[in-house]
Amino acid sequence: MPQNYVPIFIFMAVIGVLLPLTLLAAKLVRPDNPSKTKLMPYECGIDPIDSARGRYTVRYYIVAILFVVFDVETIFLFPWAVKFKALGIFGLVEMMVFLVILIAGFVWVWAKGALEWV
Amino acid sequence: MPLPLSIFILVSVIKSAIVLGVLLTAVAYTVWLERKVVGHMQNRWGPTRVGPFGLLQPAADGIKFLFKEDLTPPHVYKPLFIAAPMMALIFALTSISVIPFGNSFTFGPFSVPQFLPFHYEMPFHWGGAVIGPYSIPFQITDVNIGLLMILGVTSMGVYGVALAGWSSNNKYSLLGGLRASAQMVSYEIALGLSLVGVLIQSGSFSLRAIVDAQGGHFWGFIPRWNIFHWQFIGFFIYLMAAYAETNRIPFDLPEAETELVAGYHTEYSAMKFAMFFMAEYTNMITVGCVATLLFFGGWHGPLFGPPLVQALLPVFWFAAKIFCFLFLYIWVRGTLPRFRYDQLMSFGWKFLLPLAIANLVATAIFVAW
Repeated sequence: MPQNYVPIFIFMAVIGVLLPLTLLAAKLVRPDNPSKTKLMPYECGIDPIDSARGRYTVRYYIVAILFVVFDVETIFLFPWAVKFKALGIFGLVEMMVFLVILIAGFVWVWAKGALEWV
Repeated sequence: MPLPLSIFILVSVIKSAIVLGVLLTAVAYTVWLERKVVGHMQNRWGPTRVGPFGLLQPAADGIKFLFKEDLTPPHVYKPLFIAAPMMALIFALTSISVIPFGNSFTFGPFSVPQFLPFHYEMPFHWGGAVIGPYSIPFQITDVNIGLLMILGVTSMGVYGVALAGWSSNNKYSLLGGLRASAQMVSYEIALGLSLVGVLIQSGSFSLRAIVDAQGGHFWGFIPRWNIFHWQFIGFFIYLMAAYAETNRIPFDLPEAETELVAGYHTEYSAMKFAMFFMAEYTNMITVGCVATLLFFGGWHGPLFGPPLVQALLPVFWFAAKIFCFLFLYIWVRGTLPRFRYDQLMSFGWKFLLPLAIANLVATAIFVAW
């Protein structure tokens, strides 16, 4: 029933009001005397050499792309799993075909070395 | 008999407040439990000074968080820097709203006294009638896609961590945020696939239906929980993936104190830091709830005693099972060292993912046959 979703939003609203209120309350009572050293980027007391907005390894991008592919597959499996008993042998065979294609892709990705973290 | 709309909203608000209160208290005392248990494991006492057994320590910590100086350094991107901890905590807390804690609580039917006027939304205008019985579930709301909802909301948690890491404009934070997002998305696949076996067996996304399907016993004494019902491997995949999702030891690479200081929350202090902390422990509790509901029969357990005790025992069993999970979390933290990052990634992609697919295929063939 759609009205069953309303309490989720009520709950989120309660939290959404409570958290900024906590921050605001803290702002009223806490001390506030920043100094130059306190405001430096924290690097264990050493002066930072350059900005943190640098480049980082391409592995993170590969993981993100692989995630999208495999997560879509997971999402596709969920409705099938819920209706598994109704679909019977037909559903089983269809999903096995889908999984074989997917596993072939997985093996290819593995063989290409996309899963190696060097 | 469905509740009238105004009463429904009132009940939801009251339930939200109760659940939030209980949950945040549970979070505070999980921190206390962790410090105490890890302390004893390392031959220390843990907190002892504030109250008996250090039991007032969470309150003292809360007050201290409130009164600490809260630095917002000039090099951060301020809107996201402030929003990130709140996002992390909001998404962590929201997932609890669809989790059932027990059966429903039934009250009524009542006969309304003759003199009492009632609101027009009621099915009658004046007293003297009989209303009810009303049944209120031990749950903020019962949606029929509860599990999907939890998966969706908890995976939003990665935004809080990733944005905190990026907006801090600090190298440690950036590395922590990157590590956290890569790790959380990698293990999310294994996590999702490990649940498919349970879904095949129970045929529903509704957490209540999944728990109901686990009632009864095998041969009269082994409870019919999913973990004893062919989902043993599924449970362990879920457990390991969930540890990685919550950034806990042995998968706490994003925070790795010895290399990244504190990872994505290096630049955070005071209340904002507390929010990340609370989000982490709330996620632990959510993981415990989901594991209990899907694999350990939810609130099923022996029932005895007078009717009131019988009504409350399921909630007790549910809480007891979650407590066991939290204890396991702490135990693991006191026992295992941290993975290396390449080990973490190859464990998730090359071991857990194929194992989860194999488990799913085996379950499907077994159930069809």
